[in-house]
Amino acid sequence: MKEKKLKYQILKLLVYLSAILTVAALVWILFYVVRKGIGRIDFQFIFGDAKAGGIWPMIVTTFWAIFASLALATPIGIMAAIYMVEYARPGRVVRAIRFATESLAGIPSIIYGLFGMIFFVTKLGLKFSILSGALTLTIMVLPTVIRTTEEALKAVPRSFREASLGLGATKIRTIVHIVLPSAIPGILAAVILGMGRIVGETAAVYLTAGTVPKVPGSIMDSGRTLSVHLYMLAKEGLSFEDAYATATILIILVALMNLLAKTAVLRLKKG
Amino acid sequence: MEASIETYRKVENKMSEQAYISRDANNFEGQHQKRMRTETFFRRLFFLSATVAIVAVAAITIFIFVSGVPAIGKIGLFDFVFGQKWKPSADIYGIFPMIIGSLAATGGAILVGVPMGVFTAIFMAEIAPDTLSRLIRPAIELLAGIPSVVYGFWGLVVLVPLIDKIWGGGGNSLLAAIVILTIMILPTIVNVSEAALRAVPKSYGQGSLALGASKIETIFRVKIPAAKSGVLAAVVLGIGRAIGETMAVILVAGNTPMIPGALTDRIRTMTANIAMEMGYAFGLHQEALFATGVILFVFIMALNLVLNRMTHRAGDES
Repeated sequence: MKEKKLKYQILKLLVYLSAILTVAALVWILFYVVRKGIGRIDFQFIFGDAKAGGIWPMIVTTFWAIFASLALATPIGIMAAIYMVEYARPGRVVRAIRFATESLAGIPSIIYGLFGMIFFVTKLGLKFSILSGALTLTIMVLPTVIRTTEEALKAVPRSFREASLGLGATKIRTIVHIVLPSAIPGILAAVILGMGRIVGETAAVYLTAGTVPKVPGSIMDSGRTLSVHLYMLAKEGLSFEDAYATATILIILVALMNLLAKTAVLRLKKG
Repeated sequence: MEASIETYRKVENKMSEQAYISRDANNFEGQHQKRMRTETFFRRLFFLSATVAIVAVAAITIFIFVSGVPAIGKIGLFDFVFGQKWKPSADIYGIFPMIIGSLAATGGAILVGVPMGVFTAIFMAEIAPDTLSRLIRPAIELLAGIPSVVYGFWGLVVLVPLIDKIWGGGGNSLLAAIVILTIMILPTIVNVSEAALRAVPKSYGQGSLALGASKIETIFRVKIPAAKSGVLAAVVLGIGRAIGETMAVILVAGNTPMIPGALTDRIRTMTANIAMEMGYAFGLHQEALFATGVILFVFIMALNLVLNRMTHRAGDES
């Protein structure tokens, strides 16, 4: 009896210790990086070009990558989610689609990078360009968009659909005019989550969009995203100061996106 | 005569009336058909979008294999997978050290990260007051979204010098890789396990407590077993993230293609092998890198199958 009590006492201690250690380690990393990086961030750093130690070309490239990937992934993802929630009947096809989506979510980014390099860069002849990177990222964020949109669509009450169909509206009218508007906050959250993945991606972009630190003139130019920039700075070890500042910008971006997604989901729950 | 004109008019009237009705009916039919066409068009469009995922998985699998398998054929499967030497300059390609490197780093991260993550999840789901867990949860969610290269950079500037100071050897090591991967997978494991623990019906815990079990006993003897499939899914997700991580590992692992004998030895993972040499490789060297992707891909797909099985089983149970 005493032994058993001791065992559980130890387990309890471990639970507390783990929680403290986990939270402390994660918070420590964030504060350490931000504290060292925040001082370097000024107008010149954000809007200067790469030669002056600025990150403006990387910011532009990052936003191009986000925009181009989401312009493709959002409509495809939303339509796929509509099929899965509104049309599909359980069966082999649905299981295949579900398995494919899950597999896509589990494939590591370096494999996406390899595929993008073999297919988009070489086979389709798109070279190392923002377009190659964006096409690769589109496939990468697709499962995130599909899954989150599915959740949003499922959260729309059945009665909404029944009322609309009962009034004689066709299925597609019901979806466009009733279901989608009610699910918009959730879909927005899906898009923002996708953005977060694109901002944080390094390996896949590195192998498809290249590393040229210049403001891209078009989508066919090579570019360097913020994450790739941080990797290059850290790997070359030339300026850790700039690296801290770039990491800080990345953390702020991701935090902002999280906040936006949270607000969107909160509005979904209220509405 | 007049009567016959009368009759004729009547008949004519009737005919035009009928014509009117039938024209209207035709019109209705037309509208209906148009609507049905629109319906079918959109259903097909939605279905097509849903199949994009299948096409993408198929394309990725095919292209990775087609590009990588020839090299395995040229080098020989056994020599490639179990070869101890990686010397592209002499056309010697053995990725055994990289396989061991990936497995050692991932295994270490799972060994440390899973208990830590699950215990933290227990703390948040069962022990912490609501106000505290409501404070911690968004923080952990945020950390799950921080780019892995940020963690890698932190490892490079803080962890590597620290390890060097304590044990020597430069600090770039298996140990550094394990710590970084552990920190990276912690948020995922905490989030997923906490959700699994919270999904356990309240009555289970109440029943256990009513029988006289202590709170901590209830957690470990009743709740964890009930949430087992969810926790296992968290573990598999963690393995996937750890084995697939590339840039963060490159920054701290040292990247020497050698089988590590100690925690402070340098390692190179399969992912690092691909990312580091892809920039300048050509010919058989490049093909061997694609082949490294094939081996990594096989590992990941096996893992996905396990996860798929597990989530399905969990779905059947409920």
